Amino acid sequence: MHKNRFDSVFFQRLYDALLPFAAVLAAFLIGAVLLLLQGVNPLEAYRELFIGAFGNKNGLSDTLVKAIPLMLVGLGIAIAFRGGVINIGAEGQIIVGSLLTTFLVVQMGENLPAFWGIVIGMIGGAFMGGVWGAIPGFLKARLGVNEILSTIMMNQIAIQIGFYLLRGPMIDPAELAAGTNIPHSARLARLYDLPRFTDLAQSLGLTKSAEELGLSGFTAELYGVLVEPSRLHSGLLLAILAAILVYILLWRTTIGYRIRSVGLNPHASRYAGMMVERTMVLSMTLSGMFAGLAGAVEILGLHHRMFEPTAVSAGYGFSGIVAALFGKLHPLGIIPSSILFGGLLVGGDKMQRAMQIPQVLITAILGLVVLFVVSTDYFVRKRANRRVSADTSTAHTEDDAQLNVEVQA
Amino acid sequence: MNNGDLTTLTIVVGILHSGIRLATPYLYAAIGEMFSQRSGVLNLGVDGIMLMGAFFGFFTVFKTGSLLLGVLAAALIGGLMGLILCVVSITYQAEQGISGIGLFMFGLGASSLLFKTMLGTVEGIQGFSELNFCLTDSFCLAEVPVIGDIFFHHSLMTYGAFALVPLAWWVLNKTTWGLKVRSVGQNPEAADSLGVNVIQVRYTAVTLGGVLAGIAGASLSISLLGIFQENLTNGMGFIAVALVYFGSWKPLGVLAGALLFSTVNALQLWVQVLNLNIPSDVAVMLPYLLTIIALALPFRRALQPAMLTKPFTRGEN
Repeated sequence: MHKNRFDSVFFQRLYDALLPFAAVLAAFLIGAVLLLLQGVNPLEAYRELFIGAFGNKNGLSDTLVKAIPLMLVGLGIAIAFRGGVINIGAEGQIIVGSLLTTFLVVQMGENLPAFWGIVIGMIGGAFMGGVWGAIPGFLKARLGVNEILSTIMMNQIAIQIGFYLLRGPMIDPAELAAGTNIPHSARLARLYDLPRFTDLAQSLGLTKSAEELGLSGFTAELYGVLVEPSRLHSGLLLAILAAILVYILLWRTTIGYRIRSVGLNPHASRYAGMMVERTMVLSMTLSGMFAGLAGAVEILGLHHRMFEPTAVSAGYGFSGIVAALFGKLHPLGIIPSSILFGGLLVGGDKMQRAMQIPQVLITAILGLVVLFVVSTDYFVRKRANRRVSADTSTAHTEDDAQLNVEVQA
Repeated sequence: MNNGDLTTLTIVVGILHSGIRLATPYLYAAIGEMFSQRSGVLNLGVDGIMLMGAFFGFFTVFKTGSLLLGVLAAALIGGLMGLILCVVSITYQAEQGISGIGLFMFGLGASSLLFKTMLGTVEGIQGFSELNFCLTDSFCLAEVPVIGDIFFHHSLMTYGAFALVPLAWWVLNKTTWGLKVRSVGQNPEAADSLGVNVIQVRYTAVTLGGVLAGIAGASLSISLLGIFQENLTNGMGFIAVALVYFGSWKPLGVLAGALLFSTVNALQLWVQVLNLNIPSDVAVMLPYLLTIIALALPFRRALQPAMLTKPFTRGEN
């Protein structure tokens, strides 16, 4: 009998792990209905989408480029959610982060070594994003302001600040001289461009082409992504490193333990002597920092100048939520999840070009993924509850039980 | 009265008139959201519902020419979107801060998709026109100076929005259903023990909120603007959610908030029109800043429905 229960726990966990995939599948099914209503063959459209995103080196490198901001934003979202606060303000945090990064790096001209220029730019972006996250965090902790609403308002404020700065103080002098007045900043000195993968490959001496190495098929495409010239930049390595660091922060440090504890049960945490309010502000600040860093990396690695704020944030504040949820709010889950949703964004673009299906279909599908993922959580919680109530009678969720064990230890 | 005063008067009248006009979509959406929140459910997807309502309302009028059908279509799709949120947030007890964002993204994507494939370009329609309150053949209220300019140059949709406020107050405070809504938001266990079907009451409240959000979208596309375009609402639905907090979950409070907010918005538009020496970006920012400040006012917190965002499971505790 004992062995039976063990087996069923294994299968339950397997179901839990597969549920998000079922959620994505369901979202795609509804998307297919929408496509059928428009008289489009959904199978053809989806084929175009996946081949466009993952089928060749161009698609793959674009997918990875988009995965970078998703990963960084998703990590921030996960920290906030784990800490029991909801950050819908990543859009604004990306914008203010990229603004300060641009400002700092434009100011330094070419006077600093590349490394320090990039580091200062990134610190600036993360700092500003952190400030933009700390404000709603503070308002929640001190004045009880709902952080969902305040972060949404902060997004709009960031957009307007961005337009104001780009039309005035930060505008590209060349635009003023030409009289076109397009609201964008000057280009940052090339010195401070994040190295691209192709540059890294060359400095490592990887100059041979895939044919010369005798690669073919998907491995050849993958090799091409890493070595041949593309927009893929080293921000990807930074984002993966960040994911590992967030994992360590959340599960291997006291601060992370405090954040998760407050997120799971603020009352018990307060009773245990933790400063709940301060921890909430910290979670929001860290969350904003990662979104701000995403903005910095987008500027340094991809755009090399600041332009229309909403085009820089590009909805990553929302798609990052999807990536974080699908990655089960786990830093290491967010890595593959960001690549998947980066692919969806790229594929949507390719689908639009090949079949004239508006890319906004992807926004609708992302929304459905969110709805399905948060709905299926119900079953995970229910099973966890049943499991836990068999083990310990006091805990309410699996995580609670784990915490209980940790507290007792 | 010198010329300068006359201009000032015109401007003030203009601002007040636009303020009342712009309050229309906020009132429909925020009153609907108030019912939802009073029952204990935070619906953050209002903006997505408004977009769907705006599109379906517009498209129906564009195809049939019937304004009534347009409003009905918007109400219907709004109710359906509300039902989706009910299933996710009430039945499946999803985290309400996120489920609404999902609904918003779906509404944003789906309305843009439908707009692009079914219309393609921005089209205009003849929407609701101004009512003329003529008491006799020669005397019309709209012609009364100042008062007429401010209050009697609006469409049926705008008057409907203002009529909704006392109606909502009556429903919430004087009907059995209103009492049930308040009780399931405040103490669902007690309500349940007295035989109130908590889940059912929440479903109806949130669906009603969806219907009104759909109409709010339509009021924008077929009354105020007469057009539909991608992301027409531009975050109005989120403001509507904030207005419910601002208005302390009461119809009159929501009215005050909506009027204040829309007047600041009108002020902001006039700042741009008059070319005042304030950057337009800063002016556009004002309403959002105001919302954050208003949310921070401390005395409102105690009035929040006790079980807002808390799912209900029978037999717990």
